[in-house]
Amino acid sequence: MIRLEKRPQPSRLWTVLTPVVAVVLTMIVGGILFWFLGAQPVEAIRTIFWDPLFHPQFASYSRPQLLVKAAPLILIAIGLSIGFRAGIWNIGAEGQYIIGAVCGAGAGLALYPSESVLVFPLMVVCGALGGWAWAMIPAVLKTRFGTNEILVSLMLVYVAQNVLISVSTGLLRNPEGMGFPGSRNFKQWPAVFNGELVPGTGMHWGVVAALIAVIAAQVMMTRHIQGFNIRLTGEAPRAARFAGVNPARIVFLCLGLAGALAGMAGLFEVTGPAGQLTDKFNAGYGFTAIIVAFLGRLNPVGILLAGLLMALTYIGGELAQLMLSLPGAAIQLFQGMLLFFLLAMDVFTNYRLRFGAGVAA
Amino acid sequence: MDFGSINPALLVASIMISATPILLAAIGEMVVEKSGVLNLGVEGMMITGAVVGFAVGVSFTSPALGFVAAAAGGAALSLVFAVLTQVLLSNQVATGLGLTLAGLGLSSLIGKPYEGIKSPTLPKLDIPVLSDLPVLGRMLFSHDAMVYLSLLLVAGVWAFLKYTRAGLILRAVGESHGSAHALGYKVVRIRVAAILFGGACAGLGGAYLSLVRVPQWTEGMTAGAGWIALAIVVFASWRAGRVALGAYLFGGITVLQLNLQAAGASVPVALLSASPYLITIIVLVIISARGAHGAPASLGRSFHASS
Repeated sequence: MIRLEKRPQPSRLWTVLTPVVAVVLTMIVGGILFWFLGAQPVEAIRTIFWDPLFHPQFASYSRPQLLVKAAPLILIAIGLSIGFRAGIWNIGAEGQYIIGAVCGAGAGLALYPSESVLVFPLMVVCGALGGWAWAMIPAVLKTRFGTNEILVSLMLVYVAQNVLISVSTGLLRNPEGMGFPGSRNFKQWPAVFNGELVPGTGMHWGVVAALIAVIAAQVMMTRHIQGFNIRLTGEAPRAARFAGVNPARIVFLCLGLAGALAGMAGLFEVTGPAGQLTDKFNAGYGFTAIIVAFLGRLNPVGILLAGLLMALTYIGGELAQLMLSLPGAAIQLFQGMLLFFLLAMDVFTNYRLRFGAGVAA
Repeated sequence: MDFGSINPALLVASIMISATPILLAAIGEMVVEKSGVLNLGVEGMMITGAVVGFAVGVSFTSPALGFVAAAAGGAALSLVFAVLTQVLLSNQVATGLGLTLAGLGLSSLIGKPYEGIKSPTLPKLDIPVLSDLPVLGRMLFSHDAMVYLSLLLVAGVWAFLKYTRAGLILRAVGESHGSAHALGYKVVRIRVAAILFGGACAGLGGAYLSLVRVPQWTEGMTAGAGWIALAIVVFASWRAGRVALGAYLFGGITVLQLNLQAAGASVPVALLSASPYLITIIVLVIISARGAHGAPASLGRSFHASS
């Protein structure tokens, strides 16, 4: 007979070990999945996790991609993780990401073709504000009416998608685009193009922002009173209230931060890697970032590593699609599986396995 | 704009069709939540049901078999959720989200070869006598079997929760798992059964989309229907009759906005397309502001016998 016994305190060892075990298990089960899809399992796993970094032919292209893909995931996940710590489930980051891109791009396009160095910073600010404002909707509704933030933030993703379709085929459509949907191409507008800062590294402004966000979040969560209040609200809401923490303020702070970071990520993406605001520029980063946040144990440094790993599965997945003609959707399933194994392994953090019949409680 | 082109009999009939998938998913989720479990994976289970139902329906040219397979597929996916949350005590919110993400990936993986095929669809049952009634006959009595089945399911769930002993136990587990455990009820087993039922219902709902409503498979075709089903459970204050009302209201909005788009209403198309989601938010606000709670007390809390 196998029983679970609650640990008096969460195991520190398992907190660190869980993501590693989850990744290994995902590789094994993923390998079996790829085998069913007609690929050599070992080759598939190597193509996804090893070749993007070390293959002599592809690595030079795919290594910079690692930072390009990881930056939005990390930026969004940092914001989400702060909310999750406080028990605020903002899962509409995808919508905040879209609206941030729309607002930031809109602000820039209004000034086209200015070559001023101030245009790009202005766009970043507007992107952050757009994401922030979109996240304020669930925040206001939650604090004023007690509406569930999970459902509202999610519904707003679908609304945001409709806004995106509308502006990319209407308001912000390229007037010289011969009627095609999509905004002007930012790659052809040097003043705002968010390209590589150091050639060959993939380092763009979004990566810089992501690194700053990691450090700022780490400082806030460990050294600042707000970080303490956030953690307290998540772990013991009643105690937090007695300690004078205003729950509404925490909701505004957490959702606002997450929205602003997601909005910024959206702006960096349209002005950089995507290059253009189209109705499909968003690649689901807002949702994948949820996995990144959990995989990183809601810890800023963990999220940095998790974001890089998840970026690797994207790049490796594309490579596997190309080399082994594995379907792209397999990677999405792979990422979902990773989250499952992580959550499953989490049981060992809080519980201990006991064999044999237990003493009657 | 030409409102005259909207035929009221057809309108009501199409509302019933557009409401059915959400109704199926929502009634299943209501049972899950009544047992004290919050499964946010409805969207994932729905889309898995949609693709499995479609694949089986096309392969065997039997929509009925498709529905059976969809229910099994939805239940199978929900079993993952059940094991994670009930045995391994994982966080229900995170696991439900994971279920949706994995379901979306799984469905597009399975669905790839089936893109662009038209599915066999369910025959309309013309109920003798009733369907010959003028106007009403077309509105209410010439649908496929699943429309009636979904309504029967609502009635069944209502009666089960209200009048049966098993329903009472299920509700007790949802209200206070500690007390139910102390009385000797198998909390985990009851919850797993509820989760499986919810998964099967969501699967049926998804299959209704791919086999009847749209009759084809496209990636991400549920487009948030699963999330709306979750919102409808809140709207309904966890009552079966109101779940049906909510689903039909929502179906009404969906159909109406499509009709308005077709009729060339002077409202922006994006606003019309977003209206089902906007109205869901507004309804949620109204319900929450009124403070109409009816949520099971143990909703979303993990149960472990030692704690």
